[in-house]
Formats: sequence, structure tokens, C-alpha cells
Amino acid sequence: MTISRRNFCKKSLLIAGGLAIPLSALELFDPKRLLAEKNDGNKTRWVFLVDTHKCVGCGFCVKGCKVENEIPYDANVTRTWVERYVVTKDGTTHIDSPKGARDGFPTSSIDIGHGKFQEIRDEEIDKAFFVPKLCNQCDNPPCVQVCPVGATYQTADGVVLVDRKWCIGCGYCIMGCPYGVRFFHPVHHVAEKCNFCYHRITKGMQTACVDTCAFGARRVGNLKDPDDPVTKIIMTERVNVLKEEYGTKPQVFYLGLTKEVK
Amino acid sequence: MVHGEIWTLKEFFTYPNEYIYWTIQIVMYPFMTGLVAGAFVLSSLYHVFGVKQLKGIARFSLVFSFALLPVAMMPLMLHLQKPLRGIEVMLTPHFTSAIAAFGIVFSTYGMIVASELWFVYRKHFVESALALKAIEQRTPGQQFSYLLFSALTLGAYDIGHEAQESDERAVKKLAAAGIPVACFLHGYAGFIFGSVKANALWMTPLMPVIFICSAVVSGIALCILTYIITMEIRKFLAARKRQEYPELPSPEELKSAEANVVAMTARYLLMFMVAAITLELLDLVFRGYTAVKSWDILRSVIYERDFVSIFVVQYGLGNVVPFILFLLPGLTIKRAVLGTSLVLLGVFMMRWNVVIGGQAFSSSFSGFMHYSMPIWPETWETFREGLFGALMVVLVPFGLFWLLNKVMPVFKETH
Repeated sequence: MTISRRNFCKKSLLIAGGLAIPLSALELFDPKRLLAEKNDGNKTRWVFLVDTHKCVGCGFCVKGCKVENEIPYDANVTRTWVERYVVTKDGTTHIDSPKGARDGFPTSSIDIGHGKFQEIRDEEIDKAFFVPKLCNQCDNPPCVQVCPVGATYQTADGVVLVDRKWCIGCGYCIMGCPYGVRFFHPVHHVAEKCNFCYHRITKGMQTACVDTCAFGARRVGNLKDPDDPVTKIIMTERVNVLKEEYGTKPQVFYLGLTKEVK
Repeated sequence: MVHGEIWTLKEFFTYPNEYIYWTIQIVMYPFMTGLVAGAFVLSSLYHVFGVKQLKGIARFSLVFSFALLPVAMMPLMLHLQKPLRGIEVMLTPHFTSAIAAFGIVFSTYGMIVASELWFVYRKHFVESALALKAIEQRTPGQQFSYLLFSALTLGAYDIGHEAQESDERAVKKLAAAGIPVACFLHGYAGFIFGSVKANALWMTPLMPVIFICSAVVSGIALCILTYIITMEIRKFLAARKRQEYPELPSPEELKSAEANVVAMTARYLLMFMVAAITLELLDLVFRGYTAVKSWDILRSVIYERDFVSIFVVQYGLGNVVPFILFLLPGLTIKRAVLGTSLVLLGVFMMRWNVVIGGQAFSSSFSGFMHYSMPIWPETWETFREGLFGALMVVLVPFGLFWLLNKVMPVFKETH
């Protein structure tokens, strides 16, 4: 076979061009650069701020969450809930959260399980308060670590999500969460949890629980934005997180958290 | 009804979403894998370390280990909320999870046992295939057996002296490779629990080692027990068939062989029992001595709520009583049956007390949960995660063993 000069030049250029494409891909996917971009380029880290002083235990947030996120209303599981703490003069802490406080706290007696209630007289009480709970969207989420199929994962803006189409329902993530925020969805039969209403916050809206809270006890914000009012409070006031000892780096910050809170 | 709600009784404060999510099937999973690993280690004691006394039970425990293998997976499948997606663990393993290694460890181990069995039974496959080939007019049954055995030979028909010697070398190598893999298979089941930092009872680096030791204990106990049962059946059959086939061993011969094997194996059982109990007690003492934040609730679970199942059933009936039974001189078969059954009960209770006990308290450390196991299966869910589902898992390996024994006879001289 003979080859003309013109053909030779044409084919050489073609080969060089063909090689250049995959080589440029190596440049495009430089892992170091990608990592740097991930660290610096990300402009959002969703966080939550709970002001326990403002919570009155009405349970509207739980109601709003159940409706918004289609968690069957009467099922005894919930993405968010409110706990009531009653510390009596003898130093005992009484805690309850009947139905996750979906209907608030209709009675002043403490729910102690098995359908029993404990009456506490007002004069015995030293202090009493409410603590709303939700997923902490940990920076080091144990649920993501233990998922055997990668069905639960963390987004770049810090929220931990569950892929309902991929979860096998082994329950390892439920076991791995120290905060008890996970459960099996009664309809979809896969792991379920609070995701800060990801479908809302990514469109510039508030979470359902923030919108339904009439007292401003719940706020969602972006920690990467120094002008965000939530960020300002977290940076300047004395906030605390739950169960720091597990090394999960929780991102739900609390104002007015005391040692009694579990 | 929410998953878990039907069998969970809550007391005092528990988080609203907390239920007993890991139930009887997750008790069965480490129990069954433990039996697999233990049976294999027992057979390896003969194949690798040349413990001659265990020759009688080595082949038996290898086949039994293989019969147990698929059953180790069954409880996991029964427990999954989406069992049809179980294969995803193999397809998209997420390697930061301890469970993700399951597919790899399990299949490696399965392949090792299968190839070891092939080398052990190669001679038998070849002989059976050749014998069936010689028959001119084969019945459909014989034709099936012929095809099966010729397939099992994998085309290697050489059973000369040299070939057999190289078979033995291969068995030895595979058995040696199998021991760490068997230990890993089960140690990693312990790691699944031991690495859950959210669970105060589970989280201890001792968990994998405790699991391995109790696995070997349960595996040996089950092998002794099943061995005794099969020997009793053989004695019964031998007494009947001896008129027809005088070359068969007499019931007396079988009896003395049986007593010898049982006594020898029981010694190894005791050794591993000592190791297992030492580690378990070390864990308990250490928790009490260090008394970290979780100790208050753990103490009330261990010493009050679960006292009977931990100290009476697990340690008392499952460890102390069989220990005495085996140590008393002049071990009889009846005593061995009682002892090994109690050991199996003890190991089962240990799994129960770890899995269910670990969920007996809320992670708020302020409340308790009680698991009431569903007995009568009213729904598919109460079958899967109830008594009958567990019984199914227990019975399947014996059926598989019966089938495997047709192809790979554990006792060669049986008719």
C-alpha cells in the first residue's frame, strides 16, 4: 500500500487529535484540582439552629413535616419530633415525646410507655423545657459509612440523603445513628430520615418545620455564607450540639442546651 | 404498622423512631455463620495439623460446613426489607461498610470449601462415574447419577497413587488457607456489631474475637451432636443390614469408634470454651470497671432485665453445666448429647443477648425496649422475623446435608 504525503499528514493530524482528547480528559479530571474545588468552590453548607428557649411544644413542626414529607400521619415514626424535659426537685429528669409530639403535649403527665402516665405535681418541678430534634446532617455521618450499598450519601452541601430505589432495607444505618433519627418508611419499606426538606431548601424555600414554627424556634441556614443570620448566631453566640462524643460532627446547633438533654 | 412496632414494647423514654429493628434472624445470622466456621476449623484440625484422632469427624464436619454455608445467607435475606435488592451488596459494594465485604468473604470461603471437598471426594466421583458407565442399560435414575458424577469429576479421571498424593497436598493447602478465611468470615460478623459506635453494648474491639471463639465452640458442638445422631442411625441400620452385607462394621465396632471420636473432639470443645468464656467475662469486667457514661443503663440491662437469659441460661446452663458434664471422667454418649445441646443453647443465647440485648435500651440511655418474638405467623412479616422463620433456618442445613451426603458420602462404607 502506498501513502501520499497529503494522506500521511491528514492521518497524522487525525491520530494526534484523537490522542489529545483522552489526554485532555486526564487534565480535566485531575483529582487534586477536583478536591480543591470541592473544598473551596462549594458555597453552601446547610445547617440548622434550634432555640430551645422559644419552643413551646405545640408540635406544629411535626405535623407540618409529616404532611410535607408524606410520612403516614398515624404511623409511630417521624422525621422530626419534640421532647419534653421535666426536672424535679429530687434531681430526676422525666422525658417524653408522645407520638413524637405530633399533637403537642395534651396532658401534663409524663408518658412512661406501656400506655402509662406519671403525674408530676407543679411544686415538685425545678425546671421544664422542650427540645426539638431532627437529623443532624453530620459532617462525619456514621449512617453513610455503614450503608453496604451506598444508598445513603452526603451531598456536596452537607445534607445526607437516602436513595429509595437503591436501599436494601438492612437497617444498619438505623443501628449506626446515635440520634435515632432513622426508621423504615411504612410505605416504601426503605430507610427514611429528615433531609432538611432538601427539595425545598435547594429552591430557596424554608423547611416545612421552619415554616410551621410560629415561635421562631427553628431556623435553617448556610454556614458558608457569613451574612446568613443563622451563621452569625452560630459564630457569635454560645451554641451546642448533641452527642459530640460520637465524633459525628453534628450540624444542628442548639441554643439553651443543658446537660439533661439526651 | 411501622416495621418493628409489632414486637417492640417500650418503657420510659425512647426516641420515637426507636424499635427493635434487628430481630431473631439477626440472632440466627451469627449463629449459623458461627456453625459454618466452627465446623470448618474442626475439619482443618485433622487436615492441616494432622490431629489423627479427629479423622473420623473431619470429613463429616467439612461436608456439614458446606451444607451450612448457603444457610448463613438465609437469615440476612429474610431480614431485609427489600430482599430482591440483596444482590446489590455484591454489585455495588460500599466498602466503608462492614457488611459490604460479605459478598467477597462469603464467596471466597465458599470456593475454598467447594474445592477442598472436590479434592477430598475426587476419587469417589471417579469411581462412581466409572461404575455407572460400566452398566449397559441404565435406568433414568442411574443415567442422572452417571451424568452428575461425570460432571463432578471435571474430566479428571486419574486416580493413580501420585494423583491421589497431590490431591492430599491440595486438601492440606486449601484447609490451611480456609482457617483464616473461616475466622475472617465470622470475625467480621463480630466486626459488624463491634464497630457500631452508636450502640454501647456492641462497641468493643473484643467482639470479633469473642465471636470467633464462640463460633468454633458452637461448630464443634454441632458436629459432635450430628455425628452422634448419624452414628446412632448407622448402628441401627448396621444391625439390620449385617445379614446381607457381612463386610459392614458391626454395631459394637461402630460404638467404640463413636465413643473414641466423641471423647477426643470434646477435648477441643473444652479448650475453645475456656477461651470464649474468658474473653466474654473480660469484656464484662472491663465495662464494669471503667464504668463510662453508658454503664448505668448497661448494668440495669445486664444485671436486672436480662439477668436470667445472660447469667442463668447463657453462662449457667450453656457454659458451666456442660463444662462440668465434659470434665467428669468417663464421658458417655448420652452425657455428650446433653452437653453439646447445652453448649449450642449457650452460644445461641450469647448471640441473642448481644443482638437483642444491644437493642434492649434506648440510645438516649433513658428507656428500655423489650422484644416479644412473634410465635404464630399471622403475616409474612411475623413469619420472617418470628419463631417459624428461625426454625426454617435451623432445619434447612440438615436437609442440605442429607442431599450432599447422597453425592459425597460422609461414611464411605455405608450402604
